[in-house]
Amino acid sequence: MSTVVEPIPRGTLAGRVGRRVQDWAPAVVVFVGGIGLWEGLVQGLNVQEFLLPPPSDIAETLWTERETLWSAGWFTFEEALGGWVMGCSAAILTALILARWRTLATAIMPFAIAANAIPIIAFAPITNNWFGTLSQLSKMVIAAVLCYFPVLVNTLRGLTSVRPQQIELMRSYAASELEVFRRVRIPNALPFIFTGLKVATVLAMIGAIVGDWFGGSLDALGVEIQRQAGVFAFTEAWAAIVVASVLGIAFYAAVSGVERLTMSWHPSTRGTAE
Amino acid sequence: MSVVSLEGVSKEFGQGGVVAVQAIDLEIGEREFVSLIGPSGCGKSTLLRIIGDLIQPTRGEVTVKGKTAHRARLGRDYGIVFQDAVLFDWRTVAKNISLPLEMMGWDRRKRAERVKELVDLVELTGFEGHHPWQLSGGMQQRVSIARALSFNPALLLMDEPFGALDEMTRERLNLELLRIWEASGSTVVFVTHSISEAVFLSTRVVVMSARPGRVVGVLDVDLAQPRTADMREEPRFAELIRDVRRLLRRGGGFDVEEPTPTGEEDYIVAEERLR
Repeated sequence: MSTVVEPIPRGTLAGRVGRRVQDWAPAVVVFVGGIGLWEGLVQGLNVQEFLLPPPSDIAETLWTERETLWSAGWFTFEEALGGWVMGCSAAILTALILARWRTLATAIMPFAIAANAIPIIAFAPITNNWFGTLSQLSKMVIAAVLCYFPVLVNTLRGLTSVRPQQIELMRSYAASELEVFRRVRIPNALPFIFTGLKVATVLAMIGAIVGDWFGGSLDALGVEIQRQAGVFAFTEAWAAIVVASVLGIAFYAAVSGVERLTMSWHPSTRGTAE
Repeated sequence: MSVVSLEGVSKEFGQGGVVAVQAIDLEIGEREFVSLIGPSGCGKSTLLRIIGDLIQPTRGEVTVKGKTAHRARLGRDYGIVFQDAVLFDWRTVAKNISLPLEMMGWDRRKRAERVKELVDLVELTGFEGHHPWQLSGGMQQRVSIARALSFNPALLLMDEPFGALDEMTRERLNLELLRIWEASGSTVVFVTHSISEAVFLSTRVVVMSARPGRVVGVLDVDLAQPRTADMREEPRFAELIRDVRRLLRRGGGFDVEEPTPTGEEDYIVAEERLR
């Protein structure tokens, strides 16, 4: 019997690069066009600098203030990263426990889902009070709490949305509960976990920056944004926002990259090109 | 010695007491190929799972290779194949096949050797490194069969393994399965609702009635071994088909309009979803 299945087309390196360029070209055009439009409108309509500075001024400030901005950005990024690690690991651990003892989950999950609706950021002044206004820890805690719920809900869904026949198959091999987790539930949950982890990167950055607003070290980006805006140095504030955005995007992209490496088998990482 | 022995096996589901199967007596000997056939909802899949100790019977005795079904499962005495291939997306073909071997603690070299044998057996050479989504449905099911055979179980339980495949692929895989059965020397219990498939494959066909599932009759299939594709055109084949149909009719298999939405789900498994 002959079996015919086309191997997955990989293409040459040049071909792949070419496809990448094609995939990205529209987005690049929109970005460049958007910045150009912004610059043109601000110059042309003579918009006041404190309302909206032109991108060229922001770029210049980014360069002249690069040391302050970079160190403030890094300081805040540490807060976000620390909180992200704390929140995500706690969430995954909780999900594992709840998936193992399901009655516990039915008792606890309604509260977790309700807690998810609380504007947790409002607790920032309280964590500042608990862990010290100037310490990075208080911001990490608020970032961690923000990260916790989406990662918990996603991970638990991934761990429990296993097809019944996969479990039956494992039982036919006399698999222990631990083996079912290791070989079926956890790999099955990976796409869900990564979805949670990516959402959490954004939340961690928000948590860290907004946490800074309720009082924080002068080294922090959030404090920098607030301080510059307070003295009408809006170009500087915009530059700090750009730094925050770039860090947030880089954080997200980094986790996304790890996802692709970990889950090369998954449909979502197969690539669209055929 | 019989490989599978059922004595007065019944299964009721839920408080309402939906009787899935009732008072089943059945002996299956070594190297037999036994098909369970019956209308949707007759409990044939339930019966298969009772043999595999995946569902507990309400009453009756189940013996597999002289042990209780439970001890047979713990002793990994059977391999199972479902209607879906139930492959793990994150594992390659080779790794899907070697999953049970990993769990049994085979060392890497022995596993690789065995996987190679099996890949040859199911004719998937060259696809060891592929992932399930890169394979056709028929190929996926062959991986699933190879996985079930990997640890040389004496018993192979198959739950409508070719039910989701097109007719051509199904007939081809029927022949392949017979060749594999011949080569592996195992006993097969095969659930199907295709009459011709049951007759073509089996040494015996067990015909079950509509719910509650009971054994209406057992038919010895006296077609020569090994089976060939031409046998489907023999007069004897047609006679056997007619006999199975008569038994099915006697069991109410043709006049029951089953309100089962999926048609296949005549067993009940714990809901895995969390609300």
